[in-house]
Amino acid sequence: MIATVSGTSTTLVLVLAVFLAATVEMVEALTIVVAVGHTRGWRSALEGTGAALVALGLLVAIFGPTLVRVPLDPLRLVVGSVLLIFGLQWLRKSILRASGYLDLHDEDVIYEKTVASLRAQGVSVGRDRTSFVVAFKGVFLEGVEIVVAVLTLGTSAHRLGLAIGVAVIAVVMVAIVGAVVTRQLSKVPENLMKMSVGVMLVSFGTFWTGEGLRVRWPGGDTMLFVLVVLYALVVTFTIRLAQRPMALANGVS
Amino acid sequence: MKGFGLFWWDFLVGDTPEITVVVLVTLGVIALVRDVAHLNVLAYIALPVLAIFGLTISVWRARRRVKT
Repeated sequence: MIATVSGTSTTLVLVLAVFLAATVEMVEALTIVVAVGHTRGWRSALEGTGAALVALGLLVAIFGPTLVRVPLDPLRLVVGSVLLIFGLQWLRKSILRASGYLDLHDEDVIYEKTVASLRAQGVSVGRDRTSFVVAFKGVFLEGVEIVVAVLTLGTSAHRLGLAIGVAVIAVVMVAIVGAVVTRQLSKVPENLMKMSVGVMLVSFGTFWTGEGLRVRWPGGDTMLFVLVVLYALVVTFTIRLAQRPMALANGVS
Repeated sequence: MKGFGLFWWDFLVGDTPEITVVVLVTLGVIALVRDVAHLNVLAYIALPVLAIFGLTISVWRARRRVKT
């Protein structure tokens, strides 16, 4: 019974972390692809997107099976440390944005900047190399973070297939929504989503670093939930404490 | 190879070296506490506390940079 609850809590946090990470990164990639498509035509933009998705799939196909063969304790130590660093970086950025020390990620501004830069490069005849490269880079660079989340979380929890499936669902979902509204998704609460992913990455990172160092957690995998709650409280408290007076006055949260 | 190395450096260190340093120190401290002193309870309390310490230091550093 306890083992079932523990396994469920790990799976639930894993699914949520991968889904939110993939969604937030793909929203950023979508902004770039839509800007390229609207400005210079869709054909090369979609070709660049497709090529980037294939490259990302290859990364998972190459590194996934290799990582699965690594013994669990050293794997969890390395993956836990990487997730701790990665997650703390995400949390730091979200806290600084929420407390008014960094600008919030604005998809509208990024869209306008990308469009202006693409228009300045003029129109090319036939296959548009600029469109292809900009779309490829946008999707690949945002996608690498998804690949890292999928590989680290998936292999350490021995749920690589599930992690890949959840990431694919998130990517397809963002693509469908993007296609339906035919524009970037500026209304998505990106900072809140990033913060949630950061909390989950740091929780997994803490948990697996401990497992890798042979720390016995009270309650086993259920401790993941305790860590998620603990870090969420710390983040909320830190934002309150760090809030810039101007951000408070403007109601930034 | 250089590009690959630069990618990981940027990914794991980038503009937040303090986070990487705190995580590496944490690994050493927890390994000592767990395997040398055999204090499991202290190890599982210290691990999240050190992570929170790293986050606080990094946010404080960034705030100071913005203010100056």
